[in-house]
Amino acid sequence: MDRVSMGIAAFLAVVAAFATAAYAQKDKAQEGIEAYREALQDGNPAELYEATGEELWKKPAGPKNATLEACDLGLGAGVVKGAYARLPRYFADTDKVQDLESRLLTCMSTLQGIDTKPYVEAAFGTPPKEDMNALAAFVSGQSKDIPAAVTPTHPKEQAMYELGKRMFFYQGGPYDFACATCHGQEGMRIRMQELPYISSNKGAAAGWTSWPAYRVSSGQMWSMQWRLNDCFRQQRFPEPVYASDATVALSMYMAANALGATMKTPGIKR
Amino acid sequence: MGNPMKIRAASKDGVTEIKVLMSHEMETGQRKDASGAVVPAWFINEVTAKLDGKTVLQAQWGPSVSKNPYLAFKVKGGKAGDKVSVTWVDNKGDTRTDEATVT
Amino acid sequence: MTQHWMERRPMERRQVLTFVGALAAAGIVVPRAAFANWDKAAFEAKTLDDALKALGAGSPANSGDVQIVASDIAENGAVVPIQAVSKLPNTERIAILVEKNPNMLAAAYDIGPDTVPDVTARIKMGQTSNVLVVVKADGKFYSAAKEIKVTLGGCGG
Repeated sequence: MDRVSMGIAAFLAVVAAFATAAYAQKDKAQEGIEAYREALQDGNPAELYEATGEELWKKPAGPKNATLEACDLGLGAGVVKGAYARLPRYFADTDKVQDLESRLLTCMSTLQGIDTKPYVEAAFGTPPKEDMNALAAFVSGQSKDIPAAVTPTHPKEQAMYELGKRMFFYQGGPYDFACATCHGQEGMRIRMQELPYISSNKGAAAGWTSWPAYRVSSGQMWSMQWRLNDCFRQQRFPEPVYASDATVALSMYMAANALGATMKTPGIKR
Repeated sequence: MGNPMKIRAASKDGVTEIKVLMSHEMETGQRKDASGAVVPAWFINEVTAKLDGKTVLQAQWGPSVSKNPYLAFKVKGGKAGDKVSVTWVDNKGDTRTDEATVT
Repeated sequence: MTQHWMERRPMERRQVLTFVGALAAAGIVVPRAAFANWDKAAFEAKTLDDALKALGAGSPANSGDVQIVASDIAENGAVVPIQAVSKLPNTERIAILVEKNPNMLAAAYDIGPDTVPDVTARIKMGQTSNVLVVVKADGKFYSAAKEIKVTLGGCGG
């Protein structure tokens, strides 16, 4: 390991040791954080994005001047309620496993005739890609209180799950990080942030059921693709292509691990 | 004109609880953008809430109020079917009014 | 964008206020209910004392009947939920101030006669600081303070 990754490993070890040693103080601080998160739940600015997303869903757009209302998110054309709880999944018409944002791009292209390249290439939170955050808020909100129900049965879904799992443990980048470095065991944290153990049902649920989410620190609505992109950035990995198989694979891994957990989307985070 | 607010109002045991989520940047005027230029202050500075046509709350806000502001308060009285209206005005003179019905 | 009438040339505003002042003197109009002029002096005060002075609060008396309901720790300073409650009869005004913010006065609420003096706001806190709630009741001022710690979560983003 080079000096930098040693430094980071040392930092994480110190944090873990401090957390154990200062258990009593951690409890009080943790209670405070939980109270803070509880207070944020009522009145989530993500609702403002849900409203914008619904407008985008119903607005005619593109060369075909069509709405997204005939889009099949897996439960049939136009069925939005409960669809997010079943994504990612295999779609016969594209012969691919797709997550929400990948599927939205498909519908925008086939139903509306929109060229999706600008959506893929733009930076997150800038036009036209920012529309995807609103759409993600809207669609995910229609699965609120519904249990996550992703079970890889189709061979391509199973292959995608296995790919996601392999990627999760794959160490790379200048710090030799894998997703598992932070999310691969119980009890990990960075500063006051607990890092969920994503290979477990409980840990995967903590992450998967609460994104897309409104990030109060930046005042932005983050879709799951944006959240994944930021993980890659924090690991100093090369930037993944928006809605690529690599990103869908990781979502598949998380969603399947989170089976049965109640969706609380869209969430609100620090 | 701004984006629509989300207003929820519910009456229970003689008290009407009103919750409002507003869409606004609430720029403090302290922030600098990527080029180093100060992002000018832009924030809601007045809020008026009415229940059944009568003003029940008036607020003055400064830029320390969070982006996409949330406001919650209770009024004695009020009943299902009453109209709630909330108006905000910002420091640029822009204004927005939205209404909701008490459930 | 329509220009709010209060943003027009100061001359007009002074004329209007004088007119209302005359009505008030005649006992016809109560200015507080009619207008909510943005209190520039209070919002742009450079010290806590100046902000309190501009609010007319001077040195408010500490009171257990003024309550601040908020978590001891905010995971991020951009959005800190604060519930300000007054148990004092005839509460007219509730103000929320953050001692260490460059803009100390965050919000001031005029409480109508039928409104419960219990407001929830979300404010920005630049750093760990005392949050003050100042209440005007029966013409007198009271306050309470609570320290709220602001942390930086995650990788500092």
